[in-house]
Amino acid sequence: MIRFEAVTKVYPGGTTAVDALDLEMHEGETTVLVGSSGCGKTTTLRMINRMIEASSGTITVDGRDVATLNENTLRRGIGYVIQQSGLFPHKTVLDNVTTVPRLLGWDKKRTRARAEELMEIVGLPQEMATRFPHQLSGGQQQRVGVARALAADPPILLMDEPFGAVDPVVRTLLQDELLRLQKELRKTIVFVTHDIDEAVRLGDRIAVFRQGGRLVQYSTPAELLAHPADDFVAEFLGAQRGLRLLSLGSLKEVPALPVTTVARDAPAETVAATAAAAGIRWMVAVEADGRPHAWVDAEGNSLPVATVRDGGTLLDALEAVVSSPRGHVVRVDAEGRVAGVSSERDVLRAAAAHRSAVIGDDGQEVAT
Amino acid sequence: MRWSWFAGHVDEMAELTLQHVITTVISVGCGLLIAFPLAVLAHRVPRLRGLILGVTSVIFTVPSIALFILLLPFTGLSLTTTVIGLTLYSLVVLVRNIVEGLAAVPPRVREAARAMGYGRARTLIAIELPLALPVIMAGVRIATIMTISLTSVALVIGQGALGQLFADGLQRNFAEPIIAGIALTLLLAVVADAVLVGVQRGLTPWTRR
Repeated sequence: MIRFEAVTKVYPGGTTAVDALDLEMHEGETTVLVGSSGCGKTTTLRMINRMIEASSGTITVDGRDVATLNENTLRRGIGYVIQQSGLFPHKTVLDNVTTVPRLLGWDKKRTRARAEELMEIVGLPQEMATRFPHQLSGGQQQRVGVARALAADPPILLMDEPFGAVDPVVRTLLQDELLRLQKELRKTIVFVTHDIDEAVRLGDRIAVFRQGGRLVQYSTPAELLAHPADDFVAEFLGAQRGLRLLSLGSLKEVPALPVTTVARDAPAETVAATAAAAGIRWMVAVEADGRPHAWVDAEGNSLPVATVRDGGTLLDALEAVVSSPRGHVVRVDAEGRVAGVSSERDVLRAAAAHRSAVIGDDGQEVAT
Repeated sequence: MRWSWFAGHVDEMAELTLQHVITTVISVGCGLLIAFPLAVLAHRVPRLRGLILGVTSVIFTVPSIALFILLLPFTGLSLTTTVIGLTLYSLVVLVRNIVEGLAAVPPRVREAARAMGYGRARTLIAIELPLALPVIMAGVRIATIMTISLTSVALVIGQGALGQLFADGLQRNFAEPIIAGIALTLLLAVVADAVLVGVQRGLTPWTRR
């Protein structure tokens, strides 16, 4: 556990970056520090491994005051990931990843074995070990950055806008992988971002900072979205606060209905026979591997399908409903195969239920 | 052109070339040894930066002949005098390039090193210097070529290696030694530069792929 007690940071020149901060970051949780630039979130993060020294107050990690520890020893025990990865350009991926184990004096065999393990954990092919950072894509570099931070298996991971410099598609992918990793590793993660969606996605708890280093709200994502502490937080969360709340709901809350499928290349008679047998008009035509192709009927009409992956969020489901001409969304499993359908009505009902469950009233508060 | 002169003086030319190489290597080597601590100091203590770069520049503005003569009372007509002079000249390029090289290390990389638990000395040796190498080596190349050409000037104090061929040719109004001196100096500069490029490539594998 990381605990801030009355921590203040005043920079030479008089700027107060962090103002009398009291904050507890729980073990095994991801705490996201969020706020606009200059709000003190990065300063807060960096005071944990003493990249920046606090002006006053105490920061303890597992009960030990960080100010009393040797700073290099402290840092070797805390993983650190920064934007654009901060990899050493003159070292190979392997040497980058094994930076901390080598500093800690691990023997060659153990270091080597750990490196292989890490490459696998972050999803990098082993043959990349001998490349230099500039030979990798931005997303790959960021994976190496994460592997390097995890190398000596530190209980704490500090991440300073780690995905800020990669494109949105890769960012979502990296966020997914971080969630997967965290499920397995249960590190105490402190994550800085200015992207509220990223905060809601990754955080077990979110700390919202405002200019002058003031902590304005510290709560779970659902609580934050449902009950912003004041107008500043509400404004920061944005107009789509209600929709963001749905991103915390799971598709599991929506009932799945069975659906009739036909092979995409099935002859018209087969389609008609299947429709007659099931007593319905619309069916989902599927590819040979089970992926949905389109809604079809016996008269040869066809409509595009909107899919949502099992394990997706209520927001994904709502988005699919809105973009589906049939009003039904097709649910697919992890491999993309048709797993069922959900009706527009069921999705909306689940959304409303989720919202009122989180907000704890009739939903008036976020009816923006 | 009397080709027979060249044939008859191969040994002498080889001897002078070797002297030239030795003078250059010692001078640039000493230059590096002095430049490193000065540059690191200038890099780490910003207040000293202007002073250190300023002093090395001022030394460079002293005409080379004058500098050698100024040193005469202390070290005499010796190789030491030549080396001191040439070393002092090399500093202007070496110190500046090492400082520039260190300054060009991306702050993010330096920050990452610190966050991984690198101390200052380790950061300098394992991170900053390797990354500054391309700029440092560019300085070493310029300093080397400059030293090769300036070495000849030391003929005013009876040194000068290949420069002695110029003195010889001038005094006797005789073109062949001058041509030989120019050709060998040029050749030496080209070869030295090629060697240094090779060294740099060997030391910085990450810049090649």
